[in-house]
Amino acid sequence: MTATSTRAEWSKLIFDKLADAGVTLFPYVPDFGNDDLVKLAEADNRTRAVLLSSEQEGVALCAGADLVGGRGVLLMQSSGVGNCPNMLSLIQGGRFPMLMIVTMRGDYGEQNPWQYPMGQAVIPVLEAMGIQCIRVEREDELEQAVDASISAAFVAERGVALILTQKFLGAKAF
Amino acid sequence: MTDLPDRALDRHDLLPHLFPNPDDYLLLAGLAGAAKDTAAWTQEADNLITLGGAMGGAVPMALGMALAAPDRKVVVLTGDGELMMNAGALATVASAAPQNLTIVCIDNGQHGETGGQAGHTSRRTNLATLAEGSGIASVMTISAPDELPAARDFLADDIAPKFLWVRVTPGPPADYKRNWDLVECRLRFRRANAL
Repeated sequence: MTATSTRAEWSKLIFDKLADAGVTLFPYVPDFGNDDLVKLAEADNRTRAVLLSSEQEGVALCAGADLVGGRGVLLMQSSGVGNCPNMLSLIQGGRFPMLMIVTMRGDYGEQNPWQYPMGQAVIPVLEAMGIQCIRVEREDELEQAVDASISAAFVAERGVALILTQKFLGAKAF
Repeated sequence: MTDLPDRALDRHDLLPHLFPNPDDYLLLAGLAGAAKDTAAWTQEADNLITLGGAMGGAVPMALGMALAAPDRKVVVLTGDGELMMNAGALATVASAAPQNLTIVCIDNGQHGETGGQAGHTSRRTNLATLAEGSGIASVMTISAPDELPAARDFLADDIAPKFLWVRVTPGPPADYKRNWDLVECRLRFRRANAL
């Protein structure tokens, strides 16, 4: 990956690693940051994107997939983290593997003040529920961070969130 | 819209009438009464996972099972309060359209676990309309014992996803102390059912 890779390029890198790791289900609430990942999951016959009404459904959905030997990844914007804490009881209580990819708002360069309260609370909230957070700020961190997240979730069977920051994504301009 | 079906069904012995062959399914039960009834019915068989919390998670968790195990039939049994906590999950199921998922709502119209406080379905909420409006094509309501054979036939056909709304009389669920160690329950279920 070059230092100026596009969203399509880094999304492909993430998708390929997830698909190679046996992840077949991509439950999501749409966000600008996960749009290419969702399209890749829809286009590949090994994987399936699942539109959610609320992010917390994806926590339960991935746990259900695990019960029958499947693997999922939950895609959401940072605001969606606020919809998840009680459902994350499943992950800590049952030691389910859980991989989330959180695309940040309210983080760095944000112009919309509505995004800041939840954006700034993402890591404290996730860590309070026992979810390890792996942050990506630079493109050269991405590949190792994806590998580390997959290992933590599906080898160590822990809850982990790959946090794609606005330094990495670029802030949305209004 | 406020003329809701009566409640003339006793929740005890309901499940054996609806599902004569529980071994044919992967079973998941939402917290409280539904979990107790289901655990007592199967004696916590290896094809059952019950929730003790994570309210609102039963339907989406069953959807994950159904999508990841398309060759198995998945049944989720849950109460009206648990379902209403996350009613958007009905739309999620309708959009995903799994051909192997059945939702059964055991609706007693109250939050039994916390003292029997009234829920929406004892007031104005019609779960059959909600399920149909969410896009679930196959929906049935029962509220009296003479409807049980028709419900069994409804559950046995291959049209899915489907939703059965069961209006039961208020009253305690099965008196059954189930295993609350989710780590142990997960491993037990996986050993029996993970592909």
